[in-house]
Amino acid sequence: MGKINEDLVHITDGIKYIPGASALVAPLNKVINWGRAGSIWPATFGLACCAIEMMVAGSATNDLDRFGIIFRASPRQADCLILAGTITKKMAPVVRRVYDQMPEPRYVLAMGSCACTGGVFDTYSVVQGANEFLPVDVYIPGCPPRPEALLEGLMKLQEKIMQEQGRWSQFA
Amino acid sequence: MTETTTLSVPVTQGDEDKYKLRMGPQHPATHGVLRVDLELDGETILDCYPQVGYLHRGFEKLAENRTYAQNLVLTDRLDYMAAMANNVGYCEAVEKLLDINVSERAKFLRVMVCEMARLTSHLLWLATHALDIGAMTVFLYAFRERETLMELFAELCGSRLTNTYTRLGGVRQDVTHEIMMKLDRFVNEFPACIAEYETLIDTNRIWLKRTVGIAPVSAEMGLDLCLTGASLRGSGVDYDVRKHMPYAAYDQLDFEVPLGETGDIYARYRIRMEEMLQSNIILRQCIEKMPPGSIVGDDAPDLIMPTIPQKKVTPDTSAHQGLIKLIDDRNVYMEGDVYVATEVPKGELGFYFVSDSKGKPYRMHIRSPSFIHIGALQTLGKGVMVADLIAIIGTLDVVLGECDR
Repeated sequence: MGKINEDLVHITDGIKYIPGASALVAPLNKVINWGRAGSIWPATFGLACCAIEMMVAGSATNDLDRFGIIFRASPRQADCLILAGTITKKMAPVVRRVYDQMPEPRYVLAMGSCACTGGVFDTYSVVQGANEFLPVDVYIPGCPPRPEALLEGLMKLQEKIMQEQGRWSQFA
Repeated sequence: MTETTTLSVPVTQGDEDKYKLRMGPQHPATHGVLRVDLELDGETILDCYPQVGYLHRGFEKLAENRTYAQNLVLTDRLDYMAAMANNVGYCEAVEKLLDINVSERAKFLRVMVCEMARLTSHLLWLATHALDIGAMTVFLYAFRERETLMELFAELCGSRLTNTYTRLGGVRQDVTHEIMMKLDRFVNEFPACIAEYETLIDTNRIWLKRTVGIAPVSAEMGLDLCLTGASLRGSGVDYDVRKHMPYAAYDQLDFEVPLGETGDIYARYRIRMEEMLQSNIILRQCIEKMPPGSIVGDDAPDLIMPTIPQKKVTPDTSAHQGLIKLIDDRNVYMEGDVYVATEVPKGELGFYFVSDSKGKPYRMHIRSPSFIHIGALQTLGKGVMVADLIAIIGTLDVVLGECDR
């Protein structure tokens, strides 16, 4: 065993290559995080203006597919919720319900000023930030953010997923 | 708040086929957060009730606490597919109220950005409408041209979607030569793109089956339902605010108003395609006829961005104070009301102001076409299949930001 350990080729932090066997040795955390970060599936759920920029990000110019990001029509198949737009008090229970339908692990991106803080709409009907009722992972500022900003936010989410520890089993 | 327990319940005990179904607000094809309560017999809709208010942001109340110049930024978020057209509509109304003159160049610039906004809105409509019906390719094609226009907007005023380009009395920034060159190239190429979309869906058998003869609206019915814009012109009613009550520079431009006959979804699709070509013609004329001169009217208040160094906005001269000064100086409708309609891509957008002498609107009402078109859904949705309802929502071209306000 000691002999094998010495022969392993170090590739990157925690990942080693077994020469001759065409195999990699890595911690399970890393492998699972790598898989998750490479296949973020957001729910198709537009709320307001930012949804248009989200659609632009999904179209051919920016092409989210190359990151493995594919929009799913049902929240039950999704693991990421992009809150693209203003959340009103009437809409908030629906958003919460969509979130509750998503399987674990699930992530939330607050896209735009409205979803982050309420934005200019400091009124009686608008929820002042999605963090009032959802655990938000990434905040993307802008009104609306450019599609590039959404890409940046999604890459930040990927980085965040890559740093997770032991979030892959109910026994861990 | 506690209404989200049951999604489908039988209407009556004895009749198993009839049931209620709640479509939305989380539904990919409802263009945002529209909810439609359906009463169904199998897949046939017996009755449908559109429920709005899921995007109610309190624009009209918010506007009462801000000055006329500050409210401009809110109008972007009404119909976010054509923010420029909303800006122009709002400014036209306030200018009538406060008696501000607009410079000739600004009028042409306004028409130019309005028509660009019409193209972006119609392209987005085409993309999502086709996507709802099942044609994915059109989405990718239409967004390609839309991106060109969005980048032009970004170059023109720094923002892609929520532009706030107009100012009271003019526009914010002048166009550069590069922008005009790019727009010129776009205008030259665009008719070929329209032809490209038409080859995709114009005679497509699935498209025809899903659109021809579905939800026909007769001329009388369209007028009764208060439809405006392409939804009404598809039925053959010749009503276009640009033609009949011209604002900005539309009276100096030559264009046609395309009219349909049958009033079904296909007719409205054809109308919007023709409108895009007409917008292209208007853009071409704008490029050719663009007059030189100032982009702000001579008597515009100091509410615009400072264009010349002497005209600097200091902290003392806030927007509010500037407007108070303007109202003191001038004989304006201090107490009274004004309604101004403009033709936005969705239909007739009207701003109604009741003004007192405070420098803020006492009441601002928005006559949004989307709200009225959603009202027509109940009539059009009766007796069709659920899949057709998706097509009807698409053809009415509603945007919920404008509807719920």
